[in-house]
Amino acid sequence: MQTQVLIIGGGATGTGLARDLALRGVDCVLVEKQDINAGASGGNHGLLHSGARYIGSDLAAARECREEGERIKRLAPHCVEDTGGLFVAVAGDDEAYIADFAARCEQCGIAVKAVDLKDAREMEPELSRDLIAAYAVPDASVDPFKLSLDNLADAQARGTRVLRNTHITAFEKSGTRIQRVQVQNRRTGAQFSIVAEQIVNATGAWAGHVAAMAGADIRVLCSQGSLIITQNRLSHRVINRLRQASDADILVPAGTVSIFGTTSVRLDDPDTSRPTVAEIDAMLPDGIAMVPKLAETRFIRAYAGVRPLVQSTPTSDDRSVSRGFALIDHTKEGIDNFITITGGKLTTYRLMAEKTANRVCERLGVTAACETRTAPLPATASGKWTEPGLTPRLWFQQKDKSDLLLCECEMVPTSVVNAITANIQAEGGRPSLRELGQRSRVGKGPCQGAFCSLRLTAHLYNEGCLSADQGLEELRDFLNERWRGVHPLLWGQAVAQAELQEALHCGLYGLELVEA
Amino acid sequence: MQTPTDEKHCQLMVIGAGMAGMAATLFAVKQGLQVAQAGLTGEVIYASGVFDLLGVYPPEKRQVREDPWRALAELAQAEPNHPYARLAPQEIAHAMDLLTEYLGEIGLPYTGHPTKNTRLLTSVGTAKPTFRLPISMAAGSEALAQKAPCLLVDLVGLRGFSARQMASTLAHQWPDLRTATVEAPGPVVHGPKYPEHVARTLEVEAERDAFAAAIAPHIADARYVGLPAVLGIYKTPEIVAQLEERLKVRIFEIPTMPPAITGLRLKEAFESHLPTMGVDAYYHYRVLSVHPASSGGFRLEIGKNDTEQVVHADTVVLATGRFLGKGLIPERDGIHEALLDLPVHQPRHRDRWYAGAFLAPEGHAVSRAGLEVDDQFRPVTADGRVVNDRLFAVGSILAHQDWMRTKSGVGIAVASAWKAVQAICAA
Repeated sequence: MQTQVLIIGGGATGTGLARDLALRGVDCVLVEKQDINAGASGGNHGLLHSGARYIGSDLAAARECREEGERIKRLAPHCVEDTGGLFVAVAGDDEAYIADFAARCEQCGIAVKAVDLKDAREMEPELSRDLIAAYAVPDASVDPFKLSLDNLADAQARGTRVLRNTHITAFEKSGTRIQRVQVQNRRTGAQFSIVAEQIVNATGAWAGHVAAMAGADIRVLCSQGSLIITQNRLSHRVINRLRQASDADILVPAGTVSIFGTTSVRLDDPDTSRPTVAEIDAMLPDGIAMVPKLAETRFIRAYAGVRPLVQSTPTSDDRSVSRGFALIDHTKEGIDNFITITGGKLTTYRLMAEKTANRVCERLGVTAACETRTAPLPATASGKWTEPGLTPRLWFQQKDKSDLLLCECEMVPTSVVNAITANIQAEGGRPSLRELGQRSRVGKGPCQGAFCSLRLTAHLYNEGCLSADQGLEELRDFLNERWRGVHPLLWGQAVAQAELQEALHCGLYGLELVEA
Repeated sequence: MQTPTDEKHCQLMVIGAGMAGMAATLFAVKQGLQVAQAGLTGEVIYASGVFDLLGVYPPEKRQVREDPWRALAELAQAEPNHPYARLAPQEIAHAMDLLTEYLGEIGLPYTGHPTKNTRLLTSVGTAKPTFRLPISMAAGSEALAQKAPCLLVDLVGLRGFSARQMASTLAHQWPDLRTATVEAPGPVVHGPKYPEHVARTLEVEAERDAFAAAIAPHIADARYVGLPAVLGIYKTPEIVAQLEERLKVRIFEIPTMPPAITGLRLKEAFESHLPTMGVDAYYHYRVLSVHPASSGGFRLEIGKNDTEQVVHADTVVLATGRFLGKGLIPERDGIHEALLDLPVHQPRHRDRWYAGAFLAPEGHAVSRAGLEVDDQFRPVTADGRVVNDRLFAVGSILAHQDWMRTKSGVGIAVASAWKAVQAICAA
């Protein structure tokens, strides 16, 4: 396979870069070892920052967030719920930080407005009665899956080729250039090679590993952040704790649910990331101080993302390492056609892609200017089913009783599942339960996949998408994957749900006895 | 003002209406005890309908066992605290026989190999080891054992049950499987079909002929026909016989995913027959509180939300189940027993409850949490003291067992119930 640019990594940056380059007429291949947004791009709050969170640590990052946040709201409104945000402090929080907050926001051009405490509680009734300060800022909620899927779909429409479940096995160098990249499909085991003029390492927390394979050395710190999803939406707006950025201080609404987090736990290997009981137990008291309802609400799922932090000086506090991004040219290490882009934030993904594309184009001698700065992001079918509440709405409107619901908790009908499988097949993939889960609300309701996994598997066989005993492995993989998110949140009613799931999948079906 | 609640007396109060509660009630009433029983039948409706004794042991080695009795001997040796280790094999066998004989008498006959486990075909294409199964499922195990020419049939609208899935999954070991999809019995209506609805339709005799006629063209040389478990709720043996007669093949049912009717059949059978044997039954009611009386015995308050009935009982059998049955309450700070706050054997901290992988072969530590008991199945404290010599605990609430991984749920429920009732009668 031959191309101008090989992009490694299908997160927000990689998919954003694919679109940016495609718009400039550059031919690209994107390889992703798992699926779109499998890393930090999917494992975050979905918070479109106004920048206010960073006014205490990094004014440049705050300004970048403000500009890029405004741009995404304008160019990709279908990915954004423009909720607005509140920064609130409760009794005991740092008064000096509160006193400086508004002025520092203004310094970065962030529209900030002091809110009367009584009004704040009227705007957000679940806020603590112990509020001592509240400010409104233009934070918003963004769907990172939709964003990446739409970026990728637009790139693909312009000729970009995408290889999922495909990882790099070796870089073959000749002199100062990477001549050929060996890759392997992790599903089929098939191996092949890609010849590219330029190679971009956009693998987030894995950037250090990939760079090392190419013979380059960058130090990427891996900081796990865990988040939990509540069964119901707890606020209209994004709620931030008004204090120096810390753990457990953000609650973001996402459709019918809310997402609370996060943590920062250093990991040696990003592949070992998963939310833990200890993180949840440490996080809850802080959240309860801000939004007391968190003490009694039911949680649906926990997940974790790994932030790639590029280290400049040795440090023990992950939050003091810059959240700004790093664009690393490996020429100094003797590789002329290899670039790493990592770090940064979801909110600034487009800017990261633009800067990277500029560098790549400079090397390729392409003079076309960046279009993502002004061109609206087209909404495509591949991203649309991740929106909570969308499929039930359409299903009710359509009133077709023979369109059976395959996921009853989130009301995902057969027609939607078929549309998604057709999409995956059109992209050259084989639809799996996990991918269906990533592209829709399937498995994200209270049953956590216990029942819908069975209905989906049966349906995929009937549609000819599964054969032989692939269904057993699909079920095992899907249930184990869902479990990662449920496991730290098992107390109360969720334990009974887990027991029912185990009685069914182990007691009756014996899926634990199937050899993996 | 509240209406004055009724007060009654009984010798034995069984709390819980799952398999363990039903078995304890049955055994006690057969022994001539005056029995009252209360509890939600919620959990039973999830039952597969098959009776496991011990199908997998040891679970961490994923060893599926053909001979449950050999597995039991190994278990009793290795795990002296396991409920089975407090029972002789003859006692376990006897308890299981008593239950299945009774079910046969009331129209829900069970069968199986005299001493061995049988393999049951499931809707995901696995073969589950079990000990006793409804006769409506028996032919499936026969067909599976012989890999006989067999037609699997699924129904339009019945989700999560695909004949093609089963046939594809089993194709490498059972090539003579074919599939067909037919309309569910009854008038053709679009939309989802539910096993209970289909089963109620087939209770009507005329519907069975039409259903047989829909299947007939697909049979070809098949000697067996497998259907989802929808063949009636009250007259299953009759429906199976009628379909076999029309189609000239052996018919068998395959359990479906919830909401299934295999558990519903058991629930309906017990609920309609136990009261006729003199059981003072409060199904769909909960026991709200249990207080040991100073004069001995217990005072129990029964109701939905408020107390509607007070029962004084000499003896109490706790068959309240685990988390789904609400016998055990899992809080963030630990697991509590719901009614009497009995001591619960459990992992030290919540982070030890579950393994990292849902399907970890060794299972989850929380599944082995529960009540510790003595040889008569009376709850004991951590230092081995009997909590109350008239209080017994049976079934899945017991500690040191993992019925889901060892495929032993009904066996443990029924055998512990039998042993507790023996102890009550002997006292």
